Amino acid sequence: MTEKPLNNRAWFFVLPVLGFVLFSSIIPVMTVVNYSVQDTMGANSFFWNGDQWFRDLLNPATTIGARFNDALFRTLAFSLACLAIEIPLGIALALCAPRKGWAVGISLVVIALPMLIPWNVVGTIWQIFTRADIGLFGATLVGTGLRYNVTQEPISAWMTIVVIDVWHWTPLVILLSYAGLRAIPDAYYQAARIDGASRWAVFSKIELPKLQKVLVIAVLLRFMQTFMIYTEPFVVTGGGPGSATTFLSIDLDKIALGQVDLGNAAAMSLVYYLITLTVCWIFFTVMTQLERRRDV
Amino acid sequence: MTSITLDRIAHAYGGKPRSESDYQLKPFQHVWEQGLAYALLGPSGCGKTTLLNIISGLVIPSEGRLLFGDKDVTRLPTEQRNIAQVFQFPVIYDTMTVAENLAFPLKNRRLPKPVIEARVAEIAAMLDLTADLGRRARGLTADAKQKISLGRGLVRSDVSAVLFDEPLTVIDPALKWELRSKLKAVHRALDLLMIYVTHDQIEALTFADKVVVMNDGRAVQIGTPAELFYRPEHTFVGYFIGSPGMNFMPAAVKGDRARVAGFEFGLGQVYDNVPAGQPVQVGVRPEFVSVTSGPGLPAQVRRVADLGRKRLAYVSLGDHPLVVTIPREVEGLGEVVAISIDPANTHVYVADARVQGRAP
Amino acid sequence: MTFALDHIGFDIGGVRVIDDVCLTFEAASLNVLLGPTLAGKTTIMRLMAGLDQPSTGRLLLEGKDVTGTPVRKRSVAMVYQQFINYPSFTVYENIASPLRVAGVAKAEIDQRVREAARVLRLDNLLNRMPAELSGGQQQRTAIARALVKRAGLVLLDEPLANLDYKLREELREELPRIFSRTGAILMYATTEPSEALLLGGSTITLSEGRVTQFGPTSTVYRDPIDIDAARVFSDPPLNELQVARQDGAIRDRRGRSLDCVGMLSDRPDGAYRVTFRADAASIGPAATGALSFPGKVVVTEISGSESFIHVDVGVGTWVCLVSGVHDWAPGQTATVNIDPARILVFDASGRRVQANALREAAL
Repeated sequence: MTEKPLNNRAWFFVLPVLGFVLFSSIIPVMTVVNYSVQDTMGANSFFWNGDQWFRDLLNPATTIGARFNDALFRTLAFSLACLAIEIPLGIALALCAPRKGWAVGISLVVIALPMLIPWNVVGTIWQIFTRADIGLFGATLVGTGLRYNVTQEPISAWMTIVVIDVWHWTPLVILLSYAGLRAIPDAYYQAARIDGASRWAVFSKIELPKLQKVLVIAVLLRFMQTFMIYTEPFVVTGGGPGSATTFLSIDLDKIALGQVDLGNAAAMSLVYYLITLTVCWIFFTVMTQLERRRDV
Repeated sequence: MTSITLDRIAHAYGGKPRSESDYQLKPFQHVWEQGLAYALLGPSGCGKTTLLNIISGLVIPSEGRLLFGDKDVTRLPTEQRNIAQVFQFPVIYDTMTVAENLAFPLKNRRLPKPVIEARVAEIAAMLDLTADLGRRARGLTADAKQKISLGRGLVRSDVSAVLFDEPLTVIDPALKWELRSKLKAVHRALDLLMIYVTHDQIEALTFADKVVVMNDGRAVQIGTPAELFYRPEHTFVGYFIGSPGMNFMPAAVKGDRARVAGFEFGLGQVYDNVPAGQPVQVGVRPEFVSVTSGPGLPAQVRRVADLGRKRLAYVSLGDHPLVVTIPREVEGLGEVVAISIDPANTHVYVADARVQGRAP
Repeated sequence: MTFALDHIGFDIGGVRVIDDVCLTFEAASLNVLLGPTLAGKTTIMRLMAGLDQPSTGRLLLEGKDVTGTPVRKRSVAMVYQQFINYPSFTVYENIASPLRVAGVAKAEIDQRVREAARVLRLDNLLNRMPAELSGGQQQRTAIARALVKRAGLVLLDEPLANLDYKLREELREELPRIFSRTGAILMYATTEPSEALLLGGSTITLSEGRVTQFGPTSTVYRDPIDIDAARVFSDPPLNELQVARQDGAIRDRRGRSLDCVGMLSDRPDGAYRVTFRADAASIGPAATGALSFPGKVVVTEISGSESFIHVDVGVGTWVCLVSGVHDWAPGQTATVNIDPARILVFDASGRRVQANALREAAL
């Protein structure tokens, strides 16, 4: 009935972003896709290899398949271990953090400090910190009679990487949970006191349900970051001892840059990418479902 | 079930008050009687919520004692006080069903299951929540959520008092009528002491047996709705109760006559005791001044408001603004009308306090 | 200036929330948009302001289509229920902000800000920050900002809902006067019938996204054209009774015969709804000429000068408003007498029906 003079000029503002995404994501990814279906004899001569790289990768009977399987398992185990520690620890510390007064600012800054340190610096700090001969942490553990050696003992190496990640990123969970807790109106706590609720009931019936959304975000972020962990094991353990801490990203690095096995590396990259994307999508769906259920 | 005594309760936030104005709540002595419904009525910042929080234990008063029966509970934490409270915005436990929400205060006190179930069923029936008992509380409307909050406040039969902090704020006008009359019926059925905080005079007057009108940290008058309406003891009560509030005019009072802006009219009582040197006002509610076709004081009409069930005229008597009622039979007002003032309902105020005259 | 909504419709997620709204407003008019929560009041205001684009229909300014004109180019001011001010600006700068954006000369800004501040009694607060103000003062600042803009269309969306009862009363008194001088079309949304009556002007009753009636406030109140308009404009809620007319007799759902044939004498047989407002009923011995219903008192609420008596008459509970203090005990038997001249009758579809003579008597 009427012609609405829609304003299309707003698209111009989006164009630079589209251009940037094209150069930063789409072109590199397409390059990888290109590598993943070809083989090379070096000297820039490529020939078509179809889906052979992918079939090898996903078949545990092949060397590369077994290697990929192990690395994937290690990475998942690492992610789950970190989540299992960081989420409860983060919530617990957020519950302990002061809610008012001068202590709020100070404690928040102290909590946030580890997050502000760059990855490689974190790695270097811990590498020195955990050395069995001169590192405070390592030497102390060895001093108590424990068999602690990052470069020799797989358990030591694993524990160290997990501790680094917990130290580095639990603050994120604390800050998110803290913000979530602060958003709960006082009336809820007052009502709970009047209803005679125990501390545990306040936590399980008020705080945890109200934190649900924030925690989904925290789990998502932490999963993504731990699943893609690279710098810390690279600096501290180099993926060892043996292949004990060779996570997907480290292995990828070894195949692509160490062995210059481009086809395998490209196929592995894409599968790695797809796994990450799928997990993201699952989380997103769960989150929106939660939202919708809340509205009904 | 006991009465609650405020023994010179006063509160100043953050320590030692140096002058009267440092008090959020000025020293207050009162006994809340078991089984009555009270309202705390006043503008925001008048101290009504502070008083409520002192009773519930969310605020510890800086002075005075609070007694439940004979027991001093001034410093007792909320959970040991036997108090129920309903807040302004619905507080529900998201993960629980409506029934679990209602049962929560009883379950925490380890009542036997059959007792809990019977009580929950009873309260749900009173509040029309029976059909929703099995539903998750999270998905309900704001009205229904507030009903659950009310239900949780009423579910315990052993409480010393149920406190309401502006509980109908989020409720639509039509539903307010329903919930308010429900609350009143529940009050009668359960025989509890209820204290209801609000700034809305209709809510306060219709709910309460006795209303405490508060202003600036002080209880200005405590009385039944009718007392507050017919005999406000303070100009603030006259202004705050009634819609619009009482008309006040600076006046000279002598015997049973008052003089306002050169016009003289009769009073219902004889005042020989009006002290000199203090501001004297005559107060009369719009309901008791009306436009008349007979003899009366001449007033200029400024504006007429048709409120459906009554009509009001905003007039000036000399230079004093007055709100007066236009009776049903009067039609078409001129620019100047005659108004008549009901002497029996006209009061004299000296320095804002009502003075009692003697019968003529 | 005239501003018109021409068959405006609006969908959210495929659901029609505003349905075929046609309204025309004249300059210097006060219009009250009356409806319960979620009736669509805010949506209509957002459409009028140009914050949302209607799915169907046109907005006409002086007969010219302005549907697609962006908000910034329209002469619109809006005040919300929440007190919205710039927290880092003083009251003065808050009021001046729309003029600064419009590039008005400094001297004129100063003069207009001071005038608006004077009208809204903010003169002494011009250097304060919003956080240092009471709720009433904050809302006055927001209203001053709307006033200073001299917009042709001023939209007030439940501006007093978050204020204390008494403050509401005072500002409600002042608002129409303040804006009537500007010649603007004033639109005031509220859920409260009493607020519409106090403001006067014209009233639009809104029910589930539909305009049910638009006319002078007292006419809409006394002479609602359908049951939705009557319900929206009744506080306490409208008392309703379902009746059936059959062979010249009128019976309620319990089969009691009612003496109100006169009202429906020229109507065909069928289902009807007999309704009346709380103040059209009195309680006492059956009065001659009135429609009487025996019942039981449920609860009595005394508001000082008046008493609201809830009576269960077997086919529902009615609220009756009686002047003076009457403390009827619950359970007591009481007879509700309804003034026949103030009964509103609707047919099964909700349209108003009434014998002409009675309808005139009711006016």
